[in-house]
Amino acid sequence: MFQLPSGAEIQSIIATLKSGVGFFVPEIYLSVLFMLLIVVDLTVKGRKNNLLASLTALGLAASFFLIYQQHALEPGEIFFGMYVLDEFALFFKYFFVLSGILAVMVSVADEQLNRQVQSIGEYYALIVAMVVGMIMMASSADLLMMFLSMELVGLTAYVLTGYLKNDLRSAEAALKYLVYGAVSSGLMVYGFSLIYGLTAETNIVKISAELAQHGYDPVVMILASLLILAGFGYKIGAVPFHFWSPDVYEGAPTPITAYLSVGSKAAGFAILMRFFYVAIPHGGEPYQDIAGLDWLMLLILLSIASMIYGNVVALWQTNVKRLLAYSSIAHAGYALLGIIVMDKLGIQATLFYLLSYLLMNIGAFYVVILIANRTGSEKLEDYRGLGRKMPLAGAALTVFLISLVGLPPTIGFIGKLMIFSALLAKGSVYIWLALIGVLTSVISLYYYMLIPLNMYLRDSLHPDENKDRTGMVHQVAIAVLMMLTIYFGLFFQPLTDFAKASSSMLGLTIY
Amino acid sequence: MLSLIVFLPILAGLVILAVPSSQKQIIRIVTLLAAIAQGVLAVLIWQGYDASLPGITAVAGGAPEGSFQFIERLPWISLDLGSFGSLNIEYFLGVDGLSITMVILTALISTIGVLSSWPIQKQVKGYFILYNLLSTAMMGCFVALDFFLFYVFWELMLLPMYFLIGIWGGPNREYAAIKFFLYTLFGSVFMLLVMIGLYFSVIDPLTGNHTFSLVAMASQENYIKDAILGPDNVMWRYAAFIVLFIGFAIKVPMFPFHTWLPDAHVEAPTPISVILAGVLLKLGTYGMMRINFPLFPEVFQASLYVIGVLGAINIIYGAFCALAQQDLKKMVAYSSISHMGYVLLGLAAANSEGMVGALYQMFNHGTITAMLFLLVGVIYDRAHTRQIDKFGGLATYMPVYAAVVTIAWFASLGLPGLSGFISEAFVFVGAFSSETTRNIAIVSVLGIVFGAAYLLWSLQRMFLGKRKPDAAYDLETGADGHEHIHFHDWKGKLDLDARELVMLVPLAIIVIFLGIYPMPVIGMMTSSINKLVEVLSPVVMTALY
Repeated sequence: MFQLPSGAEIQSIIATLKSGVGFFVPEIYLSVLFMLLIVVDLTVKGRKNNLLASLTALGLAASFFLIYQQHALEPGEIFFGMYVLDEFALFFKYFFVLSGILAVMVSVADEQLNRQVQSIGEYYALIVAMVVGMIMMASSADLLMMFLSMELVGLTAYVLTGYLKNDLRSAEAALKYLVYGAVSSGLMVYGFSLIYGLTAETNIVKISAELAQHGYDPVVMILASLLILAGFGYKIGAVPFHFWSPDVYEGAPTPITAYLSVGSKAAGFAILMRFFYVAIPHGGEPYQDIAGLDWLMLLILLSIASMIYGNVVALWQTNVKRLLAYSSIAHAGYALLGIIVMDKLGIQATLFYLLSYLLMNIGAFYVVILIANRTGSEKLEDYRGLGRKMPLAGAALTVFLISLVGLPPTIGFIGKLMIFSALLAKGSVYIWLALIGVLTSVISLYYYMLIPLNMYLRDSLHPDENKDRTGMVHQVAIAVLMMLTIYFGLFFQPLTDFAKASSSMLGLTIY
Repeated sequence: MLSLIVFLPILAGLVILAVPSSQKQIIRIVTLLAAIAQGVLAVLIWQGYDASLPGITAVAGGAPEGSFQFIERLPWISLDLGSFGSLNIEYFLGVDGLSITMVILTALISTIGVLSSWPIQKQVKGYFILYNLLSTAMMGCFVALDFFLFYVFWELMLLPMYFLIGIWGGPNREYAAIKFFLYTLFGSVFMLLVMIGLYFSVIDPLTGNHTFSLVAMASQENYIKDAILGPDNVMWRYAAFIVLFIGFAIKVPMFPFHTWLPDAHVEAPTPISVILAGVLLKLGTYGMMRINFPLFPEVFQASLYVIGVLGAINIIYGAFCALAQQDLKKMVAYSSISHMGYVLLGLAAANSEGMVGALYQMFNHGTITAMLFLLVGVIYDRAHTRQIDKFGGLATYMPVYAAVVTIAWFASLGLPGLSGFISEAFVFVGAFSSETTRNIAIVSVLGIVFGAAYLLWSLQRMFLGKRKPDAAYDLETGADGHEHIHFHDWKGKLDLDARELVMLVPLAIIVIFLGIYPMPVIGMMTSSINKLVEVLSPVVMTALY
């Protein structure tokens, strides 16, 4: 029979919640920012795209300060184990705010978006909401919280994908995204329910302890892992949960494509790492599997399939956004390699890889947007002869693509180096994975180079002698991104140190 | 000093970036000045070089000083990897007998390449920026003593080369450029894995940390016994040797990985062909001598016969292919493949004579092939064709050109008195005195015969006899009653002009001088080669294992 809690109990619940609030300041601030943006949108008259954009960017940038202050706090669980604050979560807080700012910058650059859309207000508000959702994904320590935060990210992403209301492709993309998202969420929740059935717990640390103490049926566990992977795999865009991504990436407004490809993908990685590393045991005494098949093996298969499928299918793409979509499937495969290693070096490598991917992929999409502003197209053949007409954009895109291939001296090379180092540090066990990784990156060279090939080696189909009219701000922005890509390819120590410091996760069961 | 010689071209590139693209002459002069300064520095390094120091490995105790020279060593990156210690990457430059000759060659060929690039009119600014980038990358590869740094320079070469062939090349340039890029990248990604594996297997005796230092890696006592590429892991050491070898062999290029080369050469503009044949191919064999062999000496000893056979295939197959070519440039490209085969054969001999011959052949092939490609460029500029049978009787009308061609062609076929002879002779002496490669040497000598065949045959068809009916030029009787030839739309001097002479004459002098008195170059390399042979010798290895 349900009993009302006594006054003292209520007092203690309130006290716990209150003490947790201090750990939740950036999230609260960002939620306020979200509402503020809506209010500003409603109250200010006239064209306010730039006002809203700068407000969003500045507001997001200000949250860096609040996040920075959280370093002083002792890592721990808050809200009755629903939510955690640790170095790992902090890393992703910085990461998602940064990706939000970059998304705002590329949105400002996109003329198509600013021309077609009547009211841009909710657009920026939704970007902020997505930042909140992704931060919560990276910080959730409870199955319920994980599901809720993933839905928050998902729902905002569906709306943003369909934001070009008059564009059929955009609407189609949103619908596909929604349908696939609903299915994979359903599968994931089913998996969660199986885990709950095994342990009667929703907190991942407690789940881990419970599984260690009482053991489990390996068949149920592999089924639950597979179902949950459907949800996470959908977010990171790994084969075979990738079917949405080419269409969504092609149809969505390009800034949103860029944002999804780095932000929501990284959030998927964060939640995947936290869930599997903390909750589900691997190796050791209580661990059981069926014939070597466990979640780690599933991840290995996912990774191999993603690297091969993403890189090979990208070879035939003629639309640059689609090409980058397939390549992002492949990059999910590379980043998974770092998770498979199951040690701190692997976590460090994955975090660094995500950072490098943020920089180079946003950079690449930025230039794609600037080029689309000029040509109105994302087709490969319309890139012909652009190298000479847009010298800076061409050079920058080439650098970003070289970085995506993983050639020095760029940050992408260091990302691959870290991943392969993590694999080879394990001795000869994972050499085969590393071999697949390097061979598929040779394949990737071919399709990435199709873009510089068209820009520099071929002459334009339609002669147009317009001067490059890209705004100064955007010229500077891509120049800075390009230089950072090279700078961090040569002097990557600050970023790798940061990634290392961030590899400590609350309740981590691996070594 | 070495930093300066490596980064001067990049500095020039940055200067060019600030020059408006209409100022073509300034752009050219800046690049030329940088290249000349590089040459001066190379001469200074050569003057200050002490040929008695061995190089290859560190002196006893692990310090590179006293073995390498002009060392520049700075900590670059030090990453904390937790239980794996720290990842230390150094900015580590230095030269020894292996690299000093290549540094001089690179400086020389880069300068000549700039002169050869003078007539280029298309996107001059972009061209010279990429050229300078390429120049820095090549020089960096030869002086880097940290594997990571070497790898960065190695990969840095690919992109400029891709664009230089792809934008300024011939009609089929897209195909040639991406083929070059894919082949080389395919080879080098394995190198990346081997590099990481070596890192986890080697300890720097001085610091006790893992290291990327090639100097530390060259001493087998620095390997951790049970590490992934340590002495106990025989299988992975073989695998690493093979993939490294393939990576470098693609660059050489060695049969069956050679098919990118004729395509790249035929499409590349003349100066890029010169750089490609003169310097880039040497990086393949240099990499073998610096990295592939000394790091895995026992595998090297086990594969001598295979390497020798592959060298012989290169020599003979390359010569046969050259014999069949109608396109003069393609013929020269295949002759490159054939001549790089001698380098492989000399390496397979694994004795001092063979190795000296190999390294000397690398230098000589650099100068001679540069001449060959320049000369092909000269006639192509005038006639816009390279078909051998579109010429005939040129010696009568272009006597200076014919004379220089004769020197280059004879140097290439190994005529005594010219530099190519000495290196090929050394290679054969070395290969013959090693029992493993003796039979291969006997077969390979045929390569010289075929080499003479295609070179002399092309010389005869193009320069002797009379104008052919469908030749690429017309005959006119001048005012003085003599017959002249006339190329259809060539406005310049019929015979070699001043710029072409400035490029060709110094090379010709070097080829002749080093054919008579090779000691200036051989003297620099002997102590390093002796050390390398010692490092590779089975006796030393038995003591270790």
